[in-house]
This record gives sequence, structure tokens and C-alpha cells, in this order.
Amino acid sequence: MSVTLETFTDIAAAAAALAAPGAAYLGGGSLLVRRANEGDVALTHYVRLADPALRAIEVCPGRVRIGAGVTMGEILRHPGLDFLGTAARLIGGPAIRNAATVGGNLYARAPYGDFAVALLALDAVVHLGGRSGERDVPVEDFLAKRGTAFAKAIVTAVSFAVPANGTFRFIKASRVRPKGLSVVTIAAVLDTRGGLISFARIALGCLADRPMRARAAETALIGRAQTPEGIAPALALALEGTTPITDAVASGWYRGAVLPVHLGRLLLADA
Amino acid sequence: MAKVAIRFLLNGSEKAEFVESGTTLLDVLREKLADFSPKGGCLQGTCGACSVLVDGEIRLACLTLAETCEGCTIETAGGLAKDGVLHPLQIAFADGFATQCGFCTGGMIVASKALLDRNPAPSREDVIEAISGNVCRCTGYEPIIGAVLAAARANSTNKA
Repeated sequence: MSVTLETFTDIAAAAAALAAPGAAYLGGGSLLVRRANEGDVALTHYVRLADPALRAIEVCPGRVRIGAGVTMGEILRHPGLDFLGTAARLIGGPAIRNAATVGGNLYARAPYGDFAVALLALDAVVHLGGRSGERDVPVEDFLAKRGTAFAKAIVTAVSFAVPANGTFRFIKASRVRPKGLSVVTIAAVLDTRGGLISFARIALGCLADRPMRARAAETALIGRAQTPEGIAPALALALEGTTPITDAVASGWYRGAVLPVHLGRLLLADA
Repeated sequence: MAKVAIRFLLNGSEKAEFVESGTTLLDVLREKLADFSPKGGCLQGTCGACSVLVDGEIRLACLTLAETCEGCTIETAGGLAKDGVLHPLQIAFADGFATQCGFCTGGMIVASKALLDRNPAPSREDVIEAISGNVCRCTGYEPIIGAVLAAARANSTNKA
């Protein structure tokens, strides 16, 4: 059965169409059209919003706002988003990066959704629009409810405070380079000014079906030296609360086993 | 099923078709316009065999809806040869034994063209990155990387 496309210029009309059973919001198509190609009969309508505002990137002093329709390729090419280049570059090949959007990435199930891991580490805000007006939701809350309360939401943009220079870090471990599915993905904002770790926000990908914070590890890092000995207690707690996924790339056991190794490399990258 | 009208430029020729809403660009190119150079490999965005250029950007035709290409300029490997003269990439692929079964070749050449169009003198790493979304199960990639670098050298020699 074919899936029909409905394009709207008005967000309220798009939201109304999206509420219908079988309708799903079309971002870049890298996940949704794939679902159709795979014969998902539950999908009957693509709903698309053709609003230039969704493609906008605003870099203001201290804060960035990225439209939900902005692609990974556009992030990679934007001179004001250099710190996000590592994350955007490691998503798919060039063709996928020209399709995959920021908004779509928020809905991607592990092992996909690497950019959402970065957004979680950046403590981003997800901006929603629709029939009930505009809403701003912390990205962690959004991810928790993306399959329920926000399953039919329309994400218009994400925004976040620009991390201090050199504090954002990102690593994606994969079996194939330069492009490969994630074994584990880790993003962190880490402040080590003054010799000791004074701030840590760590997000993990593939350690659950969606990106999650490593809160126990974050807490264990505060006040510690950025040395193998200093971060050891945090690495010992890295798996707390995780339910690593098992897929063709790696077993959940393997993902759990290598997480402390990659987290250690990320934390000590510049030490 | 309601049909929608779409128009775009395919390899320099204006095309207008009525297609079923939700049809992929790959299906339109192959089934309506008989351009068989983009292949339907995985239909999951993994293999890159369906790669085409949409307004100069590499896209996967299997994941791109034809309606979203209204008014766009589309280039495929099938349109690269002009007046019977092969494109430098096609010559380099043939000379360098960079095609074996040939299934990935159209996508590989399109991905390589996307690279050379914006970076005429790429490094080996640039080439690897450019074809990282394209899978080849025959060559082991080395002949392909060599062919792209050879095409870049041939281009620069021709312009010198």
C-alpha cells in the first residue's frame, strides 16, 4: 500500500492532519520513508510542513537555535556551529547528512539518534508547535515522552546555551570507519578549568532505546582531577541505570563492557 | 489514488510526470523516466546505490519523495556522458578497474562527482569520506578511491 504525502504551510493544519491514524511527520525521510519501503502498513500518510523558519539557524551570543528541518549537512557547513561538527560529521554518509534533520533525530531509536545524544548533553530545549500553541520542553522530558505525549507533536526547533570553548566533547564508537552504526555514543559538557572537574553533563547513546544521562557518573566527577585515578569512580558508575540495546552491531553485554573504556577516553582526551 | 504533477530537470532535460503521491524519486526515475543508473539496493539508506544529485547535493533517491523535488535540478550517473564522450570519472573508473559487478558504480560515480564539484583536488581522506555512504562488495574500495583521485588529476591536467 502506498503512503501519500500532504504538505502544509500552516502548522495548525499540519498538526490536524498529523492527528489522523496512520499519519507521521516527514522530516528528511531517512527513517520514515525507510519504514514505508520496508512495508510498514501502519503508515498511511506523510505530513510535511513547508515553513522556511524550520530551516533557520540562529547563532546569537551565548545561545543557538536550530530549526527542526535543518539537516546534519547544514550544521556541518555552518561556521557558527563548529563545536557540533564532530557530532554531525559522524552521522551517516554525505547523502544521509543531506536528508537527516535535527527534528527527526529526536525521534530516532537507538542505534540511530546520535545528534539527540549531543542535544541531551547540551541540555537543549525542544520547541514544539501545533494546535494547542507553542510549548518549550527540556530535551530529556521530550525524549522520555517522545513515543507517547509527543508522538504526534511537531518539533519546530531546538535551542541551547553555547558551551564554553572546549567544554563540549563527543565520541561515537563504531565498527566501520568513517561511517558506521553506533556501538556507543557519548556526548559531554565538561568543565575542567582550574585543574579539577567542576561541571559534568554526560549523555549516552545505545545504552537504552533512547539517549540517557549518566547522572551517577556526572556526580562522581565533581571535584575530581582529570586523571585516570580521578575519573575511575565515575567510570565504575557509568553503567548505572542503563539497559544497553542488542542489535546486529553489538550485544548489550558488549556495549556495557566498552562504555567505561570510551567514556574514559572522552574524559581524558585533552588531559 | 490521487496523482500529483511534478516537474524537474533531469540531466538537463525538462521532465513532467503525473505520479502517485508518496512515490520515491527512485521509482520515478526508473519506472517513469527509464533512467536505470540509480539502483534500488537496500531501500534503507545504507548502500548508496540510488545516489543522485538534487540541486547539486547528493541524496538517496530511495528515501527522497519525488514531490519534494518539484522544480529541482537532478543529475544521475546516466546523464554524465555528453555526446558519446564519457565523463572523466567514468573513464577513470573503467581504466582503474573500479567497477566489477557494476551495481554500486552509478552511486559511487555520483558521490564522487558531488565531491569533485566542490573540491577539485581532494585528498585520499576526502574521497573516503565522500564515498562513505556507498557500499561496494566487490572491489575492496581501493580501485574506486584510486579512480576518483585519477579523475581529479585528469581534470586538473585538462584545465592546465
